[in-house]
Amino acid sequence: MLKMTHLSKVYRTEVVETYALRDFSIHVKEGEFVAVTGPSGSGKTTFLTIAGLLEEFTGGQYQLDGADVHGLNDNQRSRLRNQKIGFIFQSFNLIPDLNVFDNVDVPLRYRRLPGAERRKRINEALERVGLSARAKHYPAELSGGQQQRVAIARALAGGPRLLLADEPTGNLDTQMARGVMQLLEELHRDGATIVMVTHDPELAARAQREVRIVDGQVIDLAAQTRLVETPAPRPPV
Amino acid sequence: MLGYYLQLALRTLRRNIILTSLIIAAVGVGIGAYMTVLTVLIAMSGDPIPDKSTQLFVPQIDVWGPNTRPKGTTGDVRLPPQFTYRDVTAFMQAHAAPRQAAMYPVGLDVTPPSGIPYSQTGRATYRDFFAMFQVPFQSGAAWSVKDEADRADVVVLGKTLAARLFAHSSAMGQTVSLGGRLYRVTGVLDAWSPMPRFYDVVNGNAFGSVEDFFIPFTTAIGHQMQTNGNYNCAALPPSGWSGRLSGECIWFGFWAELPDAAAVRTYRQYLNNYSAEQRRLGRFHWPPLVQLSNVHQWLALMRVIPDEVRVNSLLAFGFLTVCLVNAVGLMLARFSARASEFGVRRALGATKSDIFLQCLTETAVVGVLGGILGLALTALGLAANRASLGSIADSVTRLFHLDPAVIAFTVALAVGATLCSGLYPTWRATRVQPAGQLKAQ
Repeated sequence: MLKMTHLSKVYRTEVVETYALRDFSIHVKEGEFVAVTGPSGSGKTTFLTIAGLLEEFTGGQYQLDGADVHGLNDNQRSRLRNQKIGFIFQSFNLIPDLNVFDNVDVPLRYRRLPGAERRKRINEALERVGLSARAKHYPAELSGGQQQRVAIARALAGGPRLLLADEPTGNLDTQMARGVMQLLEELHRDGATIVMVTHDPELAARAQREVRIVDGQVIDLAAQTRLVETPAPRPPV
Repeated sequence: MLGYYLQLALRTLRRNIILTSLIIAAVGVGIGAYMTVLTVLIAMSGDPIPDKSTQLFVPQIDVWGPNTRPKGTTGDVRLPPQFTYRDVTAFMQAHAAPRQAAMYPVGLDVTPPSGIPYSQTGRATYRDFFAMFQVPFQSGAAWSVKDEADRADVVVLGKTLAARLFAHSSAMGQTVSLGGRLYRVTGVLDAWSPMPRFYDVVNGNAFGSVEDFFIPFTTAIGHQMQTNGNYNCAALPPSGWSGRLSGECIWFGFWAELPDAAAVRTYRQYLNNYSAEQRRLGRFHWPPLVQLSNVHQWLALMRVIPDEVRVNSLLAFGFLTVCLVNAVGLMLARFSARASEFGVRRALGATKSDIFLQCLTETAVVGVLGGILGLALTALGLAANRASLGSIADSVTRLFHLDPAVIAFTVALAVGATLCSGLYPTWRATRVQPAGQLKAQ
């Protein structure tokens, strides 16, 4: 589903080159739930923005759903993003002027779907996150947890191949965070491919596997292949 | 998608009502000020006789010579704008143009069959006046050549005066008491109001009403009617009416219809020959100097549109520009505040074109609303103009009105100007990097 090979991202100024990602390789298979962890500034978010086609990379290869994304122009990247990727942001990023229904509608509008199809998808997505009754509410009228559910509904409505979540519970209290995490787990059980960036080791532990990034590199390649369901045998005590 | 953008625009405008109002006010006030002045300028600079404005000419000759010649404001030669009786009589007799008419304004008391006399303005001229200037007749026609030769007491009434005098019967064939004499009505004009009143801009009030009656030039001279307009002399004329006619005093207008370039050349040659002849006769002591101006040239030469109106239009355009610059600033602020929304939309699949069109639609809606406000302010501005000029020149005020063309132009100007001023803020909005939305957290 998502395959980056020896990928690099360099930010250049007149005097200095900074590697945000260096020789970065990761392979996320269809249906996986991967947690990406690492200290601040390690390159987690850069990885996510490149994975989400929000930013270009400097070198290496990136294949999304089997297609090489290198060299795509801005419009092609927008279309691909719209069709294949669902974003869940830490601070929800709902549009305050739009009600819940219209917020979920945003990515569908850019796909130029007909009205009936859009309504069907929106209602299904809101049903999925348990917010059908709040369709006419504005973001300011919802709790943080509900707002994040709306954001998840928005990400789901387009039927994406890949869900990218950036600290999805970072702005929520424990109870709300638990609810959102449960929802992500349900989505995963239903077959969604999820890549979640998080600081929280507990959340990371609930993912299928964990990828740790330090200084722009994946530090434990073995962890990429180790599935949570089949942990490596512990040495006898 | 246009419907979606429109829906978003209206929603966003409602949500930020204060900023929206400020932008609309900036656009509306600028448009209102500019359109008010522009409407006045357009109304005053319209072609009063579009079909023939390039075929109707005012000749000028150097009647008084270089020493007494009025100085042009720009230093160029400015010949006297009127003629002596001797000159117009010579021109009429020469008949060097297919149609021609000498003229001067008169004022006479009209005495109705019952009631008290009242003063009316009239014009003494030749019958060619009506055909030359395409004057429409409601009934009858101009007087005949014989009437002119016989100095007959005949009159063509304006529509208003005819209706006032003969409310319940036809004026044709009736007699009207003008200045104590009875004149036979040969024709009644239909509505006619060239703006400006190009055929007489010398005597002021170029935007005044058309005369109430017209009588033959020869009749007016025969009755020793004084001019109701300007009367200028280079030297004291001999005394009495004959002195007025023989002296070097200018008080007559003259127009000639010259249908093509050849006719213009021939007429210019005639004027040169005439001036040369006057020099040979010892009347002019200077070389011939002549000028021929068509309607446009004549109106420009006589500065019919006051300089103030042109200056005002420039000032109003400057003011509009300042308002639009303010609108640019406000729109920049507005779109900058929504950078996160544009970032999110980009992240969710919007292309730069999508964002551009969304912002442009919003800008166009602001432009339309600004245009509506501008229209209201233009109507107010024109009403203020009417109020201030009403006592001076009633007829001017009817020029200042909002017709469909002005309304359409105002809204189009508002939308166009707002779109232009919104281009930079809109372009800035499309430059929002969607990755920033993730990294900013």
